[in-house]
Amino acid sequence: MSCCAPGAEGALDIARPAGPTPEEVRLASRRLGDGLMQTDLSVPGVHCGACIQAVESALARLDGVIEARVNLSTHRVTVKWREGTFPPIVETLARIGYPAHLLDEDSGKDETLSELIRAVAIAGFGAGNIMLLSVSVWSGAEDATRDLFHWISALIAIPVLAFAGRIYFRSAWNALRHGRMNMDVPIALGVSLAYGLSLYETIHSGPHAYFDASVMLLFFLLIGRTLDHVMRERARTAVTGLARLAPRGAMVLRQDGGRDFLPLSEIGPGMRLLVAAGERVPVDGVVKSGTSDIDCSMATGESTPQLVSAGATVRAGMLNLTQPITIEAVAAAKDSFLAEMVRLMEAAEGGRARYRRLADRASALYAPVVHLTALLTFAGWIVVTGDWHRAITIAIAVLIITCPCALGLAVPIVQVVAARRLFESGIMVKDGSAMERLAEIDHAVFDKTGTLTTGRATLENAEEIEPEALRFAAALAAHSRHPVSRAILAAAGPQEGPVPHFDSVEEIPGHGIEAKADGSTWRLGRASWALGRNDAAGTVLSQDGRMVAAFRVRDTLRPGAADAIHTLKAKGIAVEILSGDGCGPVAEIADRIGVDFYRAALLPGDKAGHLAALAASGKKALMVGDGLNDAPALAAAHVSMAPATAADIGRNAADFVFLRESLEAVPVALDISRSSGRLIRQNFALAICYNAIAVPIAIFGYVTPLVAAVAMSGSSLLVIANALRLGNPAPSKKAGAGQFSARSKEPSPGNSDTLGPSRKAPLTQLQQGRAA
Amino acid sequence: MTNLAVLVPVALFLGSLGLVAFLWSLRSGQYEDLDGAAVRILIEDPAVEPNRGSPDGHSLDGQ
Repeated sequence: MSCCAPGAEGALDIARPAGPTPEEVRLASRRLGDGLMQTDLSVPGVHCGACIQAVESALARLDGVIEARVNLSTHRVTVKWREGTFPPIVETLARIGYPAHLLDEDSGKDETLSELIRAVAIAGFGAGNIMLLSVSVWSGAEDATRDLFHWISALIAIPVLAFAGRIYFRSAWNALRHGRMNMDVPIALGVSLAYGLSLYETIHSGPHAYFDASVMLLFFLLIGRTLDHVMRERARTAVTGLARLAPRGAMVLRQDGGRDFLPLSEIGPGMRLLVAAGERVPVDGVVKSGTSDIDCSMATGESTPQLVSAGATVRAGMLNLTQPITIEAVAAAKDSFLAEMVRLMEAAEGGRARYRRLADRASALYAPVVHLTALLTFAGWIVVTGDWHRAITIAIAVLIITCPCALGLAVPIVQVVAARRLFESGIMVKDGSAMERLAEIDHAVFDKTGTLTTGRATLENAEEIEPEALRFAAALAAHSRHPVSRAILAAAGPQEGPVPHFDSVEEIPGHGIEAKADGSTWRLGRASWALGRNDAAGTVLSQDGRMVAAFRVRDTLRPGAADAIHTLKAKGIAVEILSGDGCGPVAEIADRIGVDFYRAALLPGDKAGHLAALAASGKKALMVGDGLNDAPALAAAHVSMAPATAADIGRNAADFVFLRESLEAVPVALDISRSSGRLIRQNFALAICYNAIAVPIAIFGYVTPLVAAVAMSGSSLLVIANALRLGNPAPSKKAGAGQFSARSKEPSPGNSDTLGPSRKAPLTQLQQGRAA
Repeated sequence: MTNLAVLVPVALFLGSLGLVAFLWSLRSGQYEDLDGAAVRILIEDPAVEPNRGSPDGHSLDGQ
């Protein structure tokens, strides 16, 4: 698939969630001073040099734009413009085929990463130079030359310890202060003791100094830590780059009839808000005027749109489909439906809080053993020889040789490689512990609407309908956002020839679309309305009350859903469906994908309660869900996953976010997590083997700096090499997972529009046809 | 011994030169878009872009 076909993606695609309005863009722009404004946008569609050029040159041509710069790594564009001009940035990007959306947070520089990279650079410099001098010492430099080299090494090591070592000292101190133990404690202790001992030896012209060991250790460990950070940051930017679904503000109708676009935080109860068709309801409210169809799938999980009119209650997050409505806010944003979900999420203590990471558990076992061994060695040498200096030197040598270089790398390196594999499969993982938790699951709980299904309907009987009728229906359906209309439009395929001409088109909420053409009235919608008979059911196209065609639609399964469920069951994982939708649709889906256990019509609290009950009975459950109503359950689960199309809050609550449409992402993530868990255990075993050999040598006092350097580097390399084995996909991989192969194009983070390219084509053509 | 007195400082100086150069490039944001930097080299420079709004296109050289 070519990634770059500007324009072909259909700028006018109404099925796509609408981009930010100019008011929202203005709210999100920053003032730079000197009359300059800066707007940061996420543009998931940029993939190559041609995209960069297209975006930058199109934006640079706009009046008032000073500079436009694309960042290809983060899929973002930064536009600087003169205050008071407000160039149509988002509209221009949409027109050339790169839909853009606003970023949630201020895209500042990543300070932690800069600190880590600086530390790696300094440690690398120190390690290189000290090793240069150490090799000379090992190859026979003596007396004054050796002392000089030791002194120079000591000097070089000071800035390394101060700058690069600080990261470990800080973390170790934090752990100790809170009475915990982490891997950084033995590292910090080993590094500083090695330096202290070496300095003492240097002052007294001793033959052995361990400056190289202490600096090399920091260098290796920092590389692991930096890679870990880069991988996590990459996943995080990909997730924050996704289109935000919750509105940032709303159009408020003032008493005097004027209109103001206010940010969400300033909207209070009693205000009248205008919600246009295609917009989401910003806060909980009561409909004051207007009639429309409301899509509640994101808020409650119901798949069928609801008809609302004056007096009806609407909740934040619901999508207005057909006609503009005016609502009166009954709660501020912070007290709305969303806030209720946040409260439920906070109440649900998830697996994340209870879980102790493997590395922490290992170091809690490892550190006392190591420190005890060093102490016993010291005591033993005192008893046997009575030589204090010798006993201390050997005890410190034991600490240096057991300093968990390999152990410190054992976990992060595997997780970096695993996160990379997941990234290539379009799955973003928030942190390493998520993979550890996913590897343990024995239960998988799925939401229905938007997770097992795509939230779109498909036309089941497209073959039975005459092409001419379908063409007519599609032309009518193009005027509507209703799921059934979109299904008809998608089924009609690319249109050739002239598009039917209508004199007038009107969408009637709760009924359908009515159009007048050549003196006859066409209706597409509810059969009882289109045919004027009460006994008719389903969706039909009628001409002057006479039926032309009947349409049957049903929920579209997410691609790979049935396979994914089957694979999970084959792995011995119990699968359940928890849905907020009615019993009928849930039973049908459960039947189609072969799930025996399902519960329907659940409230958000019920879902979270069910997961808490599973956890209480010792089960470890994976929750996969997308809606606002799933967010508490995602937080309550042992580990959780959400599609890119999920509600913002659900994406933030989930440990994994998958960007591609297929649900195969779930078994793929499980596979990678399990194999990374295996590799981590192997790495632990390798590290323990290494210690079993090296520690006796150290205890008996045979360790020289050369032995320490060889042993430490050797064990680190071994652990890294073992981790890299994860990089090669297992040959026994199912052929069906082809789109997940490492060769495939880098995922398009934020490709959150749910229509595939093949479905987009007809829309574009139709729209263009209409415009012509 | 005397040649060491020259060579060791030279080695350290060259090493620190590399370190400083790296830290400078890090600070000036050259590592912020590695993917973009890789493909930007393939983008052709626009043929001498005349200053927008001035039909003769001379104002660029004029300043």
